[in-house]
Amino acid sequence: MKQKLKSYNSQTYLAYALIAPAALYIVLIVAWPLLETIRLSFTNSSLAGEDYVGFENYQKMLSSKKFNGIVTRTFVWMFFSVSLKLIIGLIGAVLLNANLKGRSIFRVLVMPPWVVPIAIGMLGWLWLYNGYFGIIAGVGMRTGILDGPFGFLAYKQSAFISTIIADVWVGTPMVTVFFLAAMQGVPRDLYEAAYCDGASRWDRFFKITLPQITPVIITMSLLSAIWTFNSFEIIWILTEGGPRGATTTLIIDTYKQALGNYKFGRGAARAVVVMILLTLFAGFYLALLARINKKISHE
Amino acid sequence: MNKYNTLEKILIYSGILIFMTFILLPFVEMFYASLRPLDHLFRSPYQFYSDDLSFWAYREMWKTVPMLGRYIFNSFFLASSVAIITLIFVIPAAYSYARFKFPAKNTSLYILLAINMFSGAVLLIPLYKVLRTFGLLNSYQAMIVPGVAFLIPTSIWLLKSYFEKIPIDLEEAAFVDGASRVQILRHIIAPLSTPGLVVVGIYAFIGAYAQQFLFAITFNQKKEYMPIPSGLYEFIGYTTVKWNEMMAASLVGIAPVLIIFLFLQKYIVAGLTSGAVKN
Repeated sequence: MKQKLKSYNSQTYLAYALIAPAALYIVLIVAWPLLETIRLSFTNSSLAGEDYVGFENYQKMLSSKKFNGIVTRTFVWMFFSVSLKLIIGLIGAVLLNANLKGRSIFRVLVMPPWVVPIAIGMLGWLWLYNGYFGIIAGVGMRTGILDGPFGFLAYKQSAFISTIIADVWVGTPMVTVFFLAAMQGVPRDLYEAAYCDGASRWDRFFKITLPQITPVIITMSLLSAIWTFNSFEIIWILTEGGPRGATTTLIIDTYKQALGNYKFGRGAARAVVVMILLTLFAGFYLALLARINKKISHE
Repeated sequence: MNKYNTLEKILIYSGILIFMTFILLPFVEMFYASLRPLDHLFRSPYQFYSDDLSFWAYREMWKTVPMLGRYIFNSFFLASSVAIITLIFVIPAAYSYARFKFPAKNTSLYILLAINMFSGAVLLIPLYKVLRTFGLLNSYQAMIVPGVAFLIPTSIWLLKSYFEKIPIDLEEAAFVDGASRVQILRHIIAPLSTPGLVVVGIYAFIGAYAQQFLFAITFNQKKEYMPIPSGLYEFIGYTTVKWNEMMAASLVGIAPVLIIFLFLQKYIVAGLTSGAVKN
């Protein structure tokens, strides 16, 4: 009987056969295009055809001041967006974790920005940011903060900040939900013991909750860094990378080069830079995940 | 220890109020704008009050956006196709990961996670060329094919954890009693994993519904295949945008997904967070 069972559970070829269709699909649609992007980055590929050009795309890209500006801008944009998502998400999770009436409704009401297609949410933000008729400019004008209509997406600095806020809006719900789930997973007896020892609510948060959910905070920081880095639709819809390039991040620049100008080769070189940075992020993330899992299984 | 005094309650509720205002303001304002006459919207500075609110825009939008019905159908058709195709690929793979031990199992699972991090934007160039070669540009497939690829990794992880919850003893007992693998799949695995399949299917549906913009604007120019977002954005470039009707159309477009999500959010959130928040 044992042998029969063994034959049931260890059919390696069957295991592979079951995975094969999904694996093949991913190889075809994700892995192969990744390699193809690398190849294209060494060509001057366009709709007209392609020739091998060596490192020309890279040389041009790396020596251009504009590109260096874009890389710096990407990281500044990312830094603010990710920090705000984490801070607001943490505050939101603490608030929604409080044992008060209505919290289950609020927990559901946080989620729409996460579920609704980003493009639809951005339609709302386009209207909010409207310099003449939008509610934000309206409140500004009525309180005297603004002395006239102000197009938030029309000026370099305000467009930069406005796209960050919209990105934070899209990303915060998921961060909040994960933090909340982590907080609910903290063993109750820890709190009860601390309460009996006379620890204040404040102490309990900083000495129990925060250390207990640190692994989730770290995971979420990396994940939101990756998603924020990849953020395309939000900026594209709000500003298309403008005004005068003020919100052009790496992803936007890649898209513009490749599918705006049909310069596939130049676009591909940018995509490779994106890939390298993403691989670094992914490496950090996976190493961290492996460490956390190891720690959990040791406990 | 969970009692709050009045001051604390006031502080927490005002915090929640501010937080919720940030999260919900765009939706509330979209809905409000959809009820207001256009000439009230085009007043500067912003008017907080309109006295003749109506659902007029919800009737008029079908004329302004003549293909709106088609866009809504397309969105549904695309998201359902993507969800079903994703499930077809994911079910066997997730079952295999949940049940068998084989070389490179963990490595390949982590590779799947890593793939999740490459957004479609990086792969657009070769994808564009692939789709062009196969003559798939400007068709439903142009949006379905890449859509499925980016939902497979997470879906495998999600479904794997559901399969793992089915006690293996059940299968082994049936096997020892002489049931074939196909019988086991039909009579044990399928009924027990239905809730998991539903959740993963809904996850894929919502995911596909949400990702309809990038692939749609890049790979499809034909109006008859456009999903709601790219269909509506055709009207945003105009000099006078009929904002009230645009908002009405958007809200009608997202209502079904929101309703599905509200009913199933408990399961979806539990499934998604369980991976990240073990123990």
